[in-house]
Amino acid sequence: MTAFRQSVEAMIPALRRYARALVRDTDIADDLVQDTLVRALRSERLFLGGDIRSWLYTILTNLNKNRRRSLARRPAFMPLLDNNADASGTEAEGRDIERALSTLVEEQRSVLLLVMLEGMSYREVADIQGVPIGTVMSRLARARAHVRASIEGQRPALRRVK
Amino acid sequence: MTDPNIPVTEDELHAYVDNELPAERRSDVEAWLATHPDDAARVQSWRAMAETLHARYDGVLDEAVPKRLELERLVRQPRRWVYGAVAATLAAFIAGGGVGWVARGATAAPSTFQSFTLDALDAHRLYVVEVRHPVEVPGSERDHLQQWLTKRCGWDVRAPDLSGLKLVGGRLLPGPSGPASFLMYESTSGERFTVYTAKAKTEATQMRYAAQGSDGALFWADRGVAYVVSGGTDRNRLTQVAQAVYDQMEKSGG
Repeated sequence: MTAFRQSVEAMIPALRRYARALVRDTDIADDLVQDTLVRALRSERLFLGGDIRSWLYTILTNLNKNRRRSLARRPAFMPLLDNNADASGTEAEGRDIERALSTLVEEQRSVLLLVMLEGMSYREVADIQGVPIGTVMSRLARARAHVRASIEGQRPALRRVK
Repeated sequence: MTDPNIPVTEDELHAYVDNELPAERRSDVEAWLATHPDDAARVQSWRAMAETLHARYDGVLDEAVPKRLELERLVRQPRRWVYGAVAATLAAFIAGGGVGWVARGATAAPSTFQSFTLDALDAHRLYVVEVRHPVEVPGSERDHLQQWLTKRCGWDVRAPDLSGLKLVGGRLLPGPSGPASFLMYESTSGERFTVYTAKAKTEATQMRYAAQGSDGALFWADRGVAYVVSGGTDRNRLTQVAQAVYDQMEKSGG
Protein backbone atom coordinates (compact mmCIF):
# COMPACT_ATOMS: atom_id res chain seq x y z
CA MET A 1 0.00 0.00 0.00
CA THR A 2 1.33 3.46 -0.86
CA ALA A 3 2.10 6.05 1.82
CA PHE A 4 -0.77 8.07 0.41
CA ARG A 5 -3.25 5.27 0.92
CA GLN A 6 -1.95 4.56 4.38
CA SER A 7 -2.51 8.17 5.34
CA VAL A 8 -6.01 8.06 3.92
CA GLU A 9 -6.80 4.81 5.65
CA ALA A 10 -5.61 6.09 9.00
CA MET A 11 -8.15 8.91 8.71
CA ILE A 12 -11.23 6.73 8.14
CA PRO A 13 -12.30 6.42 11.80
CA ALA A 14 -12.07 10.17 12.39
CA LEU A 15 -13.88 10.93 9.12
CA ARG A 16 -16.67 8.59 10.18
CA ARG A 17 -16.94 10.32 13.55
CA TYR A 18 -17.16 13.75 11.93
CA ALA A 19 -19.67 12.57 9.33
CA ARG A 20 -21.82 10.88 11.97
CA ALA A 21 -22.00 14.05 14.04
CA LEU A 22 -22.57 16.15 10.93
CA VAL A 23 -25.50 14.23 9.44
CA ARG A 24 -26.58 12.01 12.38
CA ASP A 25 -27.80 9.12 10.20
CA THR A 26 -25.24 6.30 10.24
CA ASP A 27 -25.88 5.13 6.68
CA ILE A 28 -25.86 8.59 5.16
CA ALA A 29 -22.70 9.37 7.15
CA ASP A 30 -20.93 6.29 5.78
CA ASP A 31 -22.18 7.13 2.26
CA LEU A 32 -20.45 10.48 2.64
CA VAL A 33 -17.23 8.86 3.86
CA GLN A 34 -17.34 6.36 1.02
CA ASP A 35 -17.83 9.10 -1.57
CA THR A 36 -14.99 11.03 0.06
CA LEU A 37 -12.66 8.03 -0.17
CA VAL A 38 -13.59 7.27 -3.77
CA ARG A 39 -12.90 10.86 -4.71
CA ALA A 40 -9.64 10.93 -2.78
CA LEU A 41 -8.39 7.71 -4.38
CA ARG A 42 -9.30 8.98 -7.82
CA SER A 43 -7.18 12.07 -7.16
CA GLU A 44 -4.23 10.14 -5.79
CA ARG A 45 -2.00 11.10 -8.67
CA LEU A 46 -3.13 14.72 -8.52
CA PHE A 47 -2.25 15.03 -4.86
CA LEU A 48 1.02 16.89 -4.70
CA GLY A 49 1.64 16.67 -1.01
CA GLY A 50 0.29 18.86 1.72
CA ASP A 51 -2.05 18.06 4.53
CA ILE A 52 -4.05 14.96 3.63
CA ARG A 53 -6.14 15.28 6.76
CA SER A 54 -7.42 18.77 5.92
CA TRP A 55 -7.90 17.77 2.32
CA LEU A 56 -10.13 14.82 3.25
CA TYR A 57 -12.23 16.95 5.59
CA THR A 58 -12.57 19.50 2.80
CA ILE A 59 -13.86 16.88 0.36
CA LEU A 60 -16.33 15.53 2.91
CA THR A 61 -17.56 18.99 3.86
CA ASN A 62 -18.11 19.91 0.20
CA LEU A 63 -19.87 16.65 -0.62
CA ASN A 64 -22.22 17.25 2.28
CA LYS A 65 -22.91 20.77 1.04
CA ASN A 66 -23.87 19.37 -2.38
CA ARG A 67 -26.01 16.72 -0.75
CA ARG A 68 -27.87 19.33 1.26
CA ARG A 69 -28.32 21.56 -1.74
CA SER A 70 -30.07 18.79 -3.61
CA LEU A 71 -32.26 18.22 -0.56
CA ALA A 72 -33.15 21.86 -0.18
CA ARG A 73 -36.37 21.51 -2.11
CA ARG A 74 -37.49 18.64 0.08
CA PRO A 75 -39.23 19.13 3.39
CA ALA A 76 -36.91 18.70 6.36
CA PHE A 77 -37.33 15.52 8.32
CA MET A 78 -37.35 16.26 12.01
CA PRO A 79 -36.79 13.55 14.56
CA LEU A 80 -39.61 12.89 16.97
CA LEU A 81 -38.82 13.92 20.50
CA ASP A 82 -37.58 10.95 22.37
CA ASN A 83 -37.77 11.95 25.99
CA ASN A 84 -36.68 8.89 27.80
CA ALA A 85 -36.79 9.75 31.48
CA ASP A 86 -34.84 6.63 32.37
CA ALA A 87 -31.85 7.53 30.27
CA SER A 88 -28.65 7.91 32.26
CA GLY A 89 -27.05 11.31 32.57
CA THR A 90 -24.47 10.74 29.84
CA GLU A 91 -27.03 9.33 27.46
CA ALA A 92 -29.40 12.23 28.04
CA GLU A 93 -26.57 14.70 27.52
CA GLY A 94 -25.58 12.97 24.31
CA ARG A 95 -29.13 13.21 23.06
CA ASP A 96 -29.41 16.85 24.04
CA ILE A 97 -26.25 17.78 22.19
CA GLU A 98 -27.37 15.80 19.17
CA ARG A 99 -30.63 17.69 19.11
CA ALA A 100 -28.85 21.01 19.60
CA LEU A 101 -26.49 20.22 16.69
CA SER A 102 -29.42 19.41 14.43
CA THR A 103 -30.82 22.91 14.84
CA LEU A 104 -27.57 24.66 13.87
CA VAL A 105 -27.10 25.95 10.37
CA GLU A 106 -24.72 23.82 8.33
CA GLU A 107 -21.66 26.12 8.37
CA GLN A 108 -21.88 26.60 12.11
CA ARG A 109 -22.31 22.90 12.82
CA SER A 110 -19.32 22.12 10.64
CA VAL A 111 -17.08 24.71 12.39
CA LEU A 112 -18.16 23.58 15.83
CA LEU A 113 -17.41 19.93 15.06
CA LEU A 114 -14.13 20.57 13.28
CA VAL A 115 -12.81 22.65 16.18
CA MET A 116 -14.34 20.91 19.19
CA LEU A 117 -14.54 17.30 18.07
CA GLU A 118 -11.79 17.00 15.46
CA GLY A 119 -9.38 19.41 17.14
CA MET A 120 -8.66 21.50 14.06
CA SER A 121 -7.02 24.91 14.27
CA TYR A 122 -8.96 28.00 13.17
CA ARG A 123 -6.56 28.28 10.23
CA GLU A 124 -7.31 24.73 9.06
CA VAL A 125 -11.06 25.26 9.37
CA ALA A 126 -10.79 28.51 7.41
CA ASP A 127 -9.05 26.60 4.62
CA ILE A 128 -11.60 23.79 4.70
CA GLN A 129 -14.54 26.17 4.45
CA GLY A 130 -12.76 28.60 2.14
CA VAL A 131 -13.48 31.63 4.36
CA PRO A 132 -11.38 34.09 6.39
CA ILE A 133 -10.43 33.19 9.98
CA GLY A 134 -12.69 35.96 11.28
CA THR A 135 -15.67 34.19 9.73
CA VAL A 136 -14.65 30.92 11.36
CA MET A 137 -14.47 32.64 14.74
CA SER A 138 -17.84 34.30 14.43
CA ARG A 139 -19.44 31.04 13.29
CA LEU A 140 -17.89 29.24 16.21
CA ALA A 141 -19.07 31.88 18.70
CA ARG A 142 -22.62 31.74 17.35
CA ALA A 143 -22.65 27.95 17.30
CA ARG A 144 -21.44 27.71 20.90
CA ALA A 145 -23.98 30.26 22.11
CA HIS A 146 -26.78 28.45 20.28
CA VAL A 147 -25.85 25.00 21.56
CA ARG A 148 -25.45 26.26 25.12
CA ALA A 149 -28.83 27.99 25.05
CA SER A 150 -30.44 24.96 23.45
CA ILE A 151 -29.04 22.54 26.03
CA GLU A 152 -29.88 24.73 28.98
CA GLY A 153 -33.33 25.40 27.66
CA GLN A 154 -34.04 21.72 27.07
CA ARG A 155 -32.93 20.40 30.37
CA PRO A 156 -35.22 21.03 33.30
CA ALA A 157 -33.45 22.84 36.12
CA LEU A 158 -34.08 19.88 38.38
CA ARG A 159 -31.87 17.64 36.32
CA ARG A 160 -28.93 19.96 36.59
CA VAL A 161 -28.72 19.42 40.31
CA LYS A 162 -26.20 16.65 40.76
CA MET B 1 4.05 42.31 26.81
CA THR B 2 0.32 42.78 26.98
CA ASP B 3 -1.53 45.05 29.31
CA PRO B 4 -3.61 43.04 31.78
CA ASN B 5 -5.98 45.98 32.02
CA ILE B 6 -7.09 45.60 28.42
CA PRO B 7 -10.50 43.92 28.63
CA VAL B 8 -10.66 40.37 27.36
CA THR B 9 -12.84 40.05 24.26
CA GLU B 10 -15.24 37.26 23.44
CA ASP B 11 -12.93 36.14 20.61
CA GLU B 12 -10.13 35.83 23.13
CA LEU B 13 -12.26 33.64 25.38
CA HIS B 14 -12.87 31.26 22.49
CA ALA B 15 -9.23 31.34 21.48
CA TYR B 16 -8.27 30.63 25.09
CA VAL B 17 -10.44 27.50 25.24
CA ASP B 18 -9.22 26.33 21.82
CA ASN B 19 -5.53 26.93 22.59
CA GLU B 20 -5.28 29.54 19.90
CA LEU B 21 -4.40 32.39 22.21
CA PRO B 22 -0.83 33.77 22.19
CA ALA B 23 0.92 32.34 25.25
CA GLU B 24 1.66 35.76 26.71
CA ARG B 25 -2.04 36.62 26.92
CA ARG B 26 -3.15 33.45 28.71
CA SER B 27 -2.43 34.64 32.22
CA ASP B 28 -4.34 37.87 31.49
CA VAL B 29 -7.36 35.83 30.49
CA GLU B 30 -7.05 33.65 33.56
CA ALA B 31 -6.91 36.71 35.80
CA TRP B 32 -9.93 38.11 33.97
CA LEU B 33 -11.92 34.92 34.46
CA ALA B 34 -11.19 34.94 38.18
CA THR B 35 -13.01 38.23 38.51
CA HIS B 36 -15.74 37.76 35.84
CA PRO B 37 -17.95 34.82 36.87
CA ASP B 38 -20.26 35.10 33.83
CA ASP B 39 -17.35 34.71 31.42
CA ALA B 40 -15.92 31.94 33.59
CA ALA B 41 -19.27 30.13 33.40
CA ARG B 42 -19.30 30.46 29.62
CA VAL B 43 -15.79 29.09 29.30
CA GLN B 44 -16.76 26.23 31.61
CA SER B 45 -19.87 25.50 29.53
CA TRP B 46 -17.79 25.31 26.33
CA ARG B 47 -15.41 22.85 27.94
CA ALA B 48 -18.32 20.74 29.14
CA MET B 49 -19.77 20.91 25.60
CA ALA B 50 -16.54 19.54 24.15
CA GLU B 51 -16.58 16.71 26.68
CA THR B 52 -20.19 15.88 25.85
CA LEU B 53 -19.38 15.85 22.14
CA HIS B 54 -16.51 13.46 22.67
CA ALA B 55 -18.57 11.28 25.01
CA ARG B 56 -21.32 11.11 22.39
CA TYR B 57 -19.23 10.53 19.24
CA ASP B 58 -15.83 9.07 20.16
CA GLY B 59 -17.38 5.61 20.22
CA VAL B 60 -17.38 5.77 16.40
CA LEU B 61 -13.57 5.64 16.46
CA ASP B 62 -13.69 2.20 18.04
CA GLU B 63 -16.26 0.74 15.66
CA ALA B 64 -15.01 -1.74 13.09
CA VAL B 65 -14.75 0.05 9.75
CA PRO B 66 -17.52 -1.29 7.47
CA LYS B 67 -16.30 -3.43 4.60
CA ARG B 68 -17.61 -1.01 2.02
CA LEU B 69 -15.11 1.58 3.26
CA GLU B 70 -12.05 -0.63 2.90
CA LEU B 71 -9.63 1.01 0.52
CA GLU B 72 -8.58 -2.29 -1.03
CA ARG B 73 -12.13 -2.84 -2.19
CA LEU B 74 -12.62 0.71 -3.38
CA VAL B 75 -9.39 0.63 -5.34
CA ARG B 76 -9.15 -2.84 -6.75
CA GLN B 77 -12.52 -4.01 -7.85
CA PRO B 78 -15.26 -1.48 -7.37
CA ARG B 79 -17.29 -3.19 -10.10
CA ARG B 80 -17.36 -6.68 -8.71
CA TRP B 81 -17.85 -5.30 -5.26
CA VAL B 82 -20.94 -3.41 -6.37
CA TYR B 83 -22.27 -6.45 -8.13
CA GLY B 84 -21.76 -8.50 -4.99
CA ALA B 85 -23.50 -5.87 -2.89
CA VAL B 86 -26.43 -5.76 -5.30
CA ALA B 87 -26.71 -9.51 -5.39
CA ALA B 88 -26.62 -9.64 -1.59
CA THR B 89 -29.35 -7.04 -1.35
CA LEU B 90 -31.49 -8.87 -3.86
CA ALA B 91 -31.01 -12.13 -2.00
CA ALA B 92 -32.15 -10.41 1.18
CA PHE B 93 -35.34 -9.28 -0.55
CA ILE B 94 -36.07 -12.62 -2.06
CA ALA B 95 -35.65 -14.13 1.38
CA GLY B 96 -38.34 -11.74 2.55
CA GLY B 97 -36.02 -9.39 4.37
CA GLY B 98 -35.52 -5.75 3.69
CA VAL B 99 -37.68 -4.51 6.52
CA GLY B 100 -34.78 -2.42 7.70
CA TRP B 101 -34.54 -0.71 4.36
CA VAL B 102 -38.20 0.10 4.29
CA ALA B 103 -38.05 1.41 7.80
CA ARG B 104 -35.06 3.46 6.91
CA GLY B 105 -36.75 4.95 3.88
CA ALA B 106 -39.66 5.97 6.05
CA THR B 107 -37.89 7.53 8.98
CA ALA B 108 -34.43 8.74 8.09
CA ALA B 109 -33.68 12.03 6.43
CA PRO B 110 -33.44 11.33 2.71
CA SER B 111 -30.01 11.04 1.19
CA THR B 112 -29.31 12.41 -2.25
CA PHE B 113 -30.37 9.08 -3.54
CA GLN B 114 -33.60 9.04 -1.68
CA SER B 115 -34.63 12.42 -2.97
CA PHE B 116 -33.70 11.14 -6.40
CA THR B 117 -35.93 8.13 -5.86
CA LEU B 118 -38.77 10.39 -4.82
CA ASP B 119 -38.43 12.17 -8.20
CA ALA B 120 -38.64 8.83 -9.96
CA LEU B 121 -41.63 7.73 -7.89
CA ASP B 122 -43.38 11.03 -8.64
CA ALA B 123 -42.89 10.41 -12.35
CA HIS B 124 -43.98 6.80 -11.93
CA ARG B 125 -47.22 7.77 -10.21
CA LEU B 126 -47.92 10.56 -12.64
CA TYR B 127 -47.58 8.50 -15.79
CA VAL B 128 -48.59 4.93 -14.98
CA VAL B 129 -52.20 5.97 -14.59
CA GLU B 130 -52.22 7.51 -18.10
CA VAL B 131 -54.22 5.39 -20.49
CA ARG B 132 -53.86 7.30 -23.74
CA HIS B 133 -50.60 9.24 -23.34
CA PRO B 134 -48.31 7.42 -20.92
CA VAL B 135 -45.23 7.98 -23.12
CA GLU B 136 -43.87 10.34 -25.74
CA VAL B 137 -42.34 7.69 -27.98
CA PRO B 138 -44.10 4.32 -28.20
CA GLY B 139 -42.30 1.02 -27.64
CA SER B 140 -42.91 0.06 -31.27
CA GLU B 141 -40.20 2.60 -32.15
CA ARG B 142 -37.62 1.12 -29.78
CA ASP B 143 -34.56 2.02 -31.89
CA HIS B 144 -35.62 5.60 -32.34
CA LEU B 145 -36.48 5.86 -28.63
CA GLN B 146 -33.03 4.60 -27.59
CA GLN B 147 -31.19 6.86 -30.00
CA TRP B 148 -33.16 9.90 -28.99
CA LEU B 149 -32.78 9.37 -25.23
CA THR B 150 -29.09 8.51 -25.59
CA LYS B 151 -28.51 11.72 -27.52
CA ARG B 152 -30.41 13.90 -25.08
CA CYS B 153 -29.20 12.28 -21.85
CA GLY B 154 -25.55 11.83 -22.76
CA TRP B 155 -25.15 8.18 -21.77
CA ASP B 156 -26.12 5.00 -23.52
CA VAL B 157 -29.83 4.57 -22.83
CA ARG B 158 -30.98 1.02 -23.61
CA ALA B 159 -34.47 -0.26 -23.15
CA PRO B 160 -33.86 -3.68 -21.59
CA ASP B 161 -35.83 -6.75 -22.69
CA LEU B 162 -37.85 -7.83 -19.71
CA SER B 163 -39.50 -11.20 -19.96
CA GLY B 164 -43.25 -11.08 -19.55
CA LEU B 165 -43.24 -7.32 -19.88
CA LYS B 166 -43.86 -5.24 -22.98
CA LEU B 167 -42.10 -1.93 -23.56
CA VAL B 168 -44.84 0.71 -23.59
CA GLY B 169 -42.36 3.42 -24.54
CA GLY B 170 -40.44 6.24 -22.98
CA ARG B 171 -40.09 9.92 -22.39
CA LEU B 172 -37.54 12.53 -21.45
CA LEU B 173 -37.89 14.15 -18.03
CA PRO B 174 -36.07 16.88 -16.11
CA GLY B 175 -33.79 15.11 -13.61
CA PRO B 176 -31.97 16.39 -10.53
CA SER B 177 -28.95 17.55 -12.53
CA GLY B 178 -29.93 17.43 -16.18
CA PRO B 179 -32.13 15.21 -18.32
CA ALA B 180 -33.50 11.89 -17.14
CA SER B 181 -34.81 9.02 -19.22
CA PHE B 182 -38.04 7.32 -18.28
CA LEU B 183 -39.11 3.95 -19.71
CA MET B 184 -42.40 2.21 -19.05
CA TYR B 185 -43.17 -1.50 -19.19
CA GLU B 186 -46.45 -3.33 -18.89
CA SER B 187 -47.49 -6.92 -18.17
CA THR B 188 -50.39 -8.62 -19.92
CA SER B 189 -52.45 -7.96 -16.80
CA GLY B 190 -51.76 -4.24 -17.04
CA GLU B 191 -49.26 -4.09 -14.19
CA ARG B 192 -46.78 -1.28 -14.95
CA PHE B 193 -43.12 -0.80 -14.09
CA THR B 194 -40.92 2.18 -14.89
CA VAL B 195 -37.15 2.51 -15.24
CA TYR B 196 -35.82 5.98 -14.50
CA THR B 197 -32.18 6.85 -15.14
CA ALA B 198 -30.30 10.07 -14.54
CA LYS B 199 -26.75 11.23 -13.99
CA ALA B 200 -25.52 10.49 -10.49
CA LYS B 201 -22.78 12.20 -8.56
CA THR B 202 -21.64 8.91 -7.11
CA GLU B 203 -19.89 6.37 -9.25
CA ALA B 204 -21.60 3.33 -7.78
CA THR B 205 -23.73 2.44 -4.80
CA GLN B 206 -25.49 -0.52 -3.33
CA MET B 207 -29.05 -1.31 -4.28
CA ARG B 208 -31.68 0.06 -1.94
CA TYR B 209 -35.38 -0.18 -1.51
CA ALA B 210 -37.89 2.56 -0.80
CA ALA B 211 -41.65 2.37 -0.46
CA GLN B 212 -44.12 5.20 -0.59
CA GLY B 213 -47.86 4.62 -0.43
CA SER B 214 -48.76 1.86 -2.85
CA ASP B 215 -45.52 2.18 -4.84
CA GLY B 216 -42.13 0.66 -4.32
CA ALA B 217 -38.76 1.43 -5.88
CA LEU B 218 -35.34 -0.17 -6.02
CA PHE B 219 -32.48 2.16 -6.76
CA TRP B 220 -28.76 1.98 -7.34
CA ALA B 221 -25.99 3.74 -9.22
CA ASP B 222 -23.51 2.30 -11.62
CA ARG B 223 -20.77 4.05 -13.59
CA GLY B 224 -22.13 7.46 -12.72
CA VAL B 225 -25.69 6.69 -13.80
CA ALA B 226 -28.46 6.22 -11.24
CA TYR B 227 -31.27 3.74 -11.88
CA VAL B 228 -34.63 3.65 -10.19
CA VAL B 229 -36.98 0.77 -10.97
CA SER B 230 -40.48 1.55 -9.70
CA GLY B 231 -43.54 -0.64 -9.47
CA GLY B 232 -46.08 -1.84 -6.96
CA THR B 233 -45.34 -2.88 -3.42
CA ASP B 234 -44.78 -6.55 -4.34
CA ARG B 235 -41.10 -6.61 -3.46
CA ASN B 236 -40.32 -9.98 -4.97
CA ARG B 237 -41.79 -8.97 -8.29
CA LEU B 238 -39.99 -5.64 -8.23
CA THR B 239 -36.76 -7.37 -7.34
CA GLN B 240 -37.06 -9.72 -10.34
CA VAL B 241 -37.57 -6.76 -12.67
CA ALA B 242 -34.69 -4.80 -11.12
CA GLN B 243 -32.43 -7.83 -11.35
CA ALA B 244 -33.22 -8.19 -15.04
CA VAL B 245 -32.55 -4.51 -15.66
CA TYR B 246 -29.31 -4.67 -13.71
CA ASP B 247 -28.10 -7.78 -15.53
CA GLN B 248 -28.70 -6.27 -18.94
CA MET B 249 -27.02 -2.98 -18.05
CA GLU B 250 -24.09 -5.01 -16.77
CA LYS B 251 -23.87 -6.95 -20.02
CA SER B 252 -24.30 -4.00 -22.33
CA GLY B 253 -21.49 -2.16 -20.53
CA GLY B 254 -23.57 0.82 -19.54
